[in-house]
Amino acid sequence: MVAIVDYRAGNLSSVLYALTYLGYKAIITSKLKEIMAAERIIFPGVGAAGKAMVDIKKLGLDKAIKEVFNAGKPILGICLGIQIIFERSEENNTHCLGIISGEAKAFPHPLYGQRDELLKIPHMGWNKVKFIKLHPVFNGLDPRAEFYFLHSYYPVPKDALMAFGLTEYGIEFTSALAYKNLIAIQFHPEKSGRPGLKILENFCNWSP
Amino acid sequence: MLSKRIVVCLDVRGGRTTKGIKFRENVDVGDPVQMARLYYEEGADEMVFYDITASAEYRDIMIDVVEGVAQQIFIPFSVGGGVRTLDDMRKVLLAGAEKVSVNTAAVLNPKIIEKGAKAFGSQCIVLGMDVKKVEVSEKIPSGYEIVIHGGRTYTGIDALWWAKEAVSLGAGEICLNSIDADGTQAGYELTLTKLIAENVSIPVIASGGAGVPSHLYDVLMKANADAALIASIVHYGTYSIREIKEYLHSHGVKVRMVW
Repeated sequence: MVAIVDYRAGNLSSVLYALTYLGYKAIITSKLKEIMAAERIIFPGVGAAGKAMVDIKKLGLDKAIKEVFNAGKPILGICLGIQIIFERSEENNTHCLGIISGEAKAFPHPLYGQRDELLKIPHMGWNKVKFIKLHPVFNGLDPRAEFYFLHSYYPVPKDALMAFGLTEYGIEFTSALAYKNLIAIQFHPEKSGRPGLKILENFCNWSP
Repeated sequence: MLSKRIVVCLDVRGGRTTKGIKFRENVDVGDPVQMARLYYEEGADEMVFYDITASAEYRDIMIDVVEGVAQQIFIPFSVGGGVRTLDDMRKVLLAGAEKVSVNTAAVLNPKIIEKGAKAFGSQCIVLGMDVKKVEVSEKIPSGYEIVIHGGRTYTGIDALWWAKEAVSLGAGEICLNSIDADGTQAGYELTLTKLIAENVSIPVIASGGAGVPSHLYDVLMKANADAALIASIVHYGTYSIREIKEYLHSHGVKVRMVW
């Protein structure tokens, strides 16, 4: 069973539909008991870091996620889920979960592309991820594959060794990271067609 | 670098897709979920569903369609037509759509953009604009006027002003439809698209007029649209999405080539 953690951050049904489509059992839940009992957890979310952390604390999920992490269960953070695992986010200057060292930073403004064109923020649409190291969860992907992004802040892990995937949008940033039993990605695998489904499938089969 | 997006539009009436979608083997061309699935597999980057049902009694059927689509296709999609209130927006988003599109409703009540953006985030709110070319006047300095009710009613609103106003109200994207080009298959309205795309800070989807793949090249590269919307060109089976993308790719447009 996969628990999709519900911390009131946007619509989570797409993640559930993708897992169901792949044939995995999953539930959307904010109940600590169900999260602790799950085999693996997905920590998705769209929205603002400030409000997300308030809700996470209110629901007691901050401790639960740390506990699950310490227990060695596979965790996948998606989008806002990659940002609030850090110590802090520049968005609303928020203190975050602090599972790993680093922060979420705002894209520089103005932001220019390779041909000096002004880039729009949020970074929204299909972009490539350059996977720089092997990992079972990022296995079997076509190097030309693209993924769906939607964000205005980007992840900056303190330890560069955690970076497994890099994406370029005006700057180059870490779009996929892995550390022990934790995987975190900035893009939406549930909205990235077959390559995205492949990552979800790999995650569901992964034993760290 | 972001890829330019190819957005496929399906019109839905009473839960069924409409107008001139050619017969395809093993696919119920009237079923929006099956059609969406087909275009998803052919490489659409995003989809738009327009509920052209006139009456409210079919609203719930549309929500069923949205849910069905969300369970089958794993790319972003938006829903437009008949979205008038925050409650309409919430239902569509909870059913699994990424975005909702407002058009006539936003002209009549611009606050819906602001309210929607506050409640669900700007990225969820698409402003649909139907535009006709008119004489340049004091009232319409850009020479492009907003029309509503499917192009029948002139509003006296300047298209460029309205696009900027919508951005300041919190719209996250503009779907720009030229009523003059719509249905002609003679190419997108490049002057209009360039005008809007270069004067707003949010992505612009160009709509209306696609007949051959080079039309998409023109609107994406010469008029700087972020995305191109297509309908008849693929519904009639004139071109497949792959053919269109291969044309664009070979002409140096960055598009998503594996899916």
